[in-house]
Amino acid sequence: MILTLIGIGLVNLRRDRVVQAMTFFLPIVFFSIFAGVFGSQGRDTMDRVRVALVDEDQTSASLRFVAALQKEGSLRVRTTARPTGADRKAPELPLDRARATGLVRDGDVPVAIVIPAGFGATFGSFDTTGKAIELLSDSSDPVASQVVSGLLQKTAMTAAPDLMARQGLGMFEKYGGPLTPQQRRAMDSWSRRIEGNAAPDSAGADSAGGGPGTPGAPSNPAGPALAGAVQVKVVDVLGEKKTNPIISFYAAGIAVMFLLFSASGAGGTLIEEVESGTLERLLTSRAGMGTVLAAKWLFITLLGVLQIVVMFVWGMLVFQLDLLPHLPGFFVMTLMTAGAAAGFGLVLATLCKSRQQLGGLSTILILTQSALGGSMFPRFLMPEGIKKIGNFTFNAHALDGYQAVFWRDARLIELWPQVLILGALTAVFLTVARLLARRWETV
Amino acid sequence: MDVLKVTEARKSFGPTRALDGASLELRQGEMLALLGPNGAGKTTLVRAIAGRARLDGGAIELFGRVLDVSSGKAAGREGLGVVPQDIALYPLLTARENLMSWGRLHGVAPHDLAPRVERALGWTALADRANEPVKRFSGGMKRRLNIACGILHEPRVVLLDEPTVGVDPQSRERIYDMLAELRDAGVSVLLTTHQLEEAEARCQRIVIIDHGKVISSGTLNELVERTIGAGRRVTLTLDRPPALALPGLEPGPGGTALVGLVRDVATELPTLLGEVREAGCRVLDVEVRSPSLHAVFIHLTGRDLRE
Repeated sequence: MILTLIGIGLVNLRRDRVVQAMTFFLPIVFFSIFAGVFGSQGRDTMDRVRVALVDEDQTSASLRFVAALQKEGSLRVRTTARPTGADRKAPELPLDRARATGLVRDGDVPVAIVIPAGFGATFGSFDTTGKAIELLSDSSDPVASQVVSGLLQKTAMTAAPDLMARQGLGMFEKYGGPLTPQQRRAMDSWSRRIEGNAAPDSAGADSAGGGPGTPGAPSNPAGPALAGAVQVKVVDVLGEKKTNPIISFYAAGIAVMFLLFSASGAGGTLIEEVESGTLERLLTSRAGMGTVLAAKWLFITLLGVLQIVVMFVWGMLVFQLDLLPHLPGFFVMTLMTAGAAAGFGLVLATLCKSRQQLGGLSTILILTQSALGGSMFPRFLMPEGIKKIGNFTFNAHALDGYQAVFWRDARLIELWPQVLILGALTAVFLTVARLLARRWETV
Repeated sequence: MDVLKVTEARKSFGPTRALDGASLELRQGEMLALLGPNGAGKTTLVRAIAGRARLDGGAIELFGRVLDVSSGKAAGREGLGVVPQDIALYPLLTARENLMSWGRLHGVAPHDLAPRVERALGWTALADRANEPVKRFSGGMKRRLNIACGILHEPRVVLLDEPTVGVDPQSRERIYDMLAELRDAGVSVLLTTHQLEEAEARCQRIVIIDHGKVISSGTLNELVERTIGAGRRVTLTLDRPPALALPGLEPGPGGTALVGLVRDVATELPTLLGEVREAGCRVLDVEVRSPSLHAVFIHLTGRDLRE
């Protein structure tokens, strides 16, 4: 008897593709995503960090330092950019502090390195009197500034060892007394030799074997003023005035994920209406299928807007989420996100044959999208490959928009990329849903 | 006057011919039963009239106007009310809310809506439950409300697909009373049903459909005349079995009954009774029955309605 019942269970499993996918496919997808993000797929390296680099010093020491940074394999250094608002064909100009700050604010790079005037004079002094390199940081990506801080120390040691040696001797003579002429000649000779060998290449060679993720990399070198080979001062250009800034990330991430769930659930009422015969009756009234779908879409959109508003208001009241100053951008993003989510829900509803099928398929798609798109963990933690895949998800674009509003204080006009993408997604979803719904129309 | 006329309706689903030249007429103020075994094409025909099934051929006229049967659009059917077989209501809405919603969806003018809803609640005997969610209603109450939602826009022709399926006898009676009220108000009613007795008792005319074709139509008497004839079935219950066989009578159930068919009851029945007396038997009971629709149906289709 037990065997018979097990047999029935196995037959059901064999014939139910949704259960098969939930049982075998979804766990593997999730395992792969988490392993890809947190395990780096067995590699010890991280993806290259994009940085903007400004040299305000322009001394030989700073130039050598810049050259070494450019050869650093763990960094993708950018020293030029088009002026703000310039045409795409306009030539790129060397970066200055203001433009580099703009790149960080716009989310083009998570960190900008500014080598201040006077840096070369005190380079390698190993005390706190030297000029500190400034890291203009987007604190929405806290990992990037930590990584760059460590790499600055490493590069300083390898870029100009002769200068480091000279500075070291200067410190020695200051506190231990002057060298003898013979010692000085020997040091000069050695200094010239290492200057000749001071290969920025060595930095590149090093980084091929390991970047900031290597065990030898400084784990927490950053701070307001570091007493390392170079001093580093981290300046938060985005989140410094915000109260409890990370909350907006979680609010948006969780809200978008649950918005998708509620949209697919609300879309499922369409299947219930098909099964109950209500849709058939609706189609004999003055409401055609287009009207029915439009009404469903509007309702689910409004429901989604309400859901996100409740979530963010809760965040504001309980977790000091900075909602009120960002209301216009918040409403634009919420409306666009809810509209696209409603379209997505209708696609799923019109695609599935039963409520049960809808439940399974929506769980698989929404959880996968949410994991890849940044609803479960920030995308800056993800390897570049997974980030690129994430760009095909609904969540990534919605979260980018909320991030622009809450982190970058983006003006409404600056939300156009997200508005465009979400608007296009909405149009595509509604078109697909309309086409799929034809099967319920006249036979 | 015909308010609805279907001529040579044809519709195939792949190799299956659901409608194979079906034709029927619905007259002003009549209740017409559409009978047929499962899969005969009843629902397809109703859906085609309602604009929910695209015909491959044939024509449908509503109030003398030829409808577009190939586009599958419900346009031009404003005077038509459709009551589906399913309980197509919103279960979490109250009876009143359902009526209001369906009234709006059928284009009832806002100033007419409230009085029509109140009338419908009275008509369905649901006025005292008007503000309860429909999910708490019994099957019969839901059926009544289902019908009311389909006629709130006061159509002149109403199509009902199995309006009494799954309800108890009292509710069925109540539903047929409602339909009779509609008919008395001049509304033409076309209903599909499996309840032969109800079709026989309540409908003026009956259309029998099988394999997508109308195989007979008319009043019950006309159907009987055309099929098994106008004879009456006579059953005589005797005090004992007759010793000899009597002409025109066959042994019936129980051994003491004799059964025969007479064309003219007034002249043939006294003759039969005389023959029984002459055979030395006493007649305890006499039953004269007209042939039923059930017999006609089996005669025409060769199978029971529920097969």
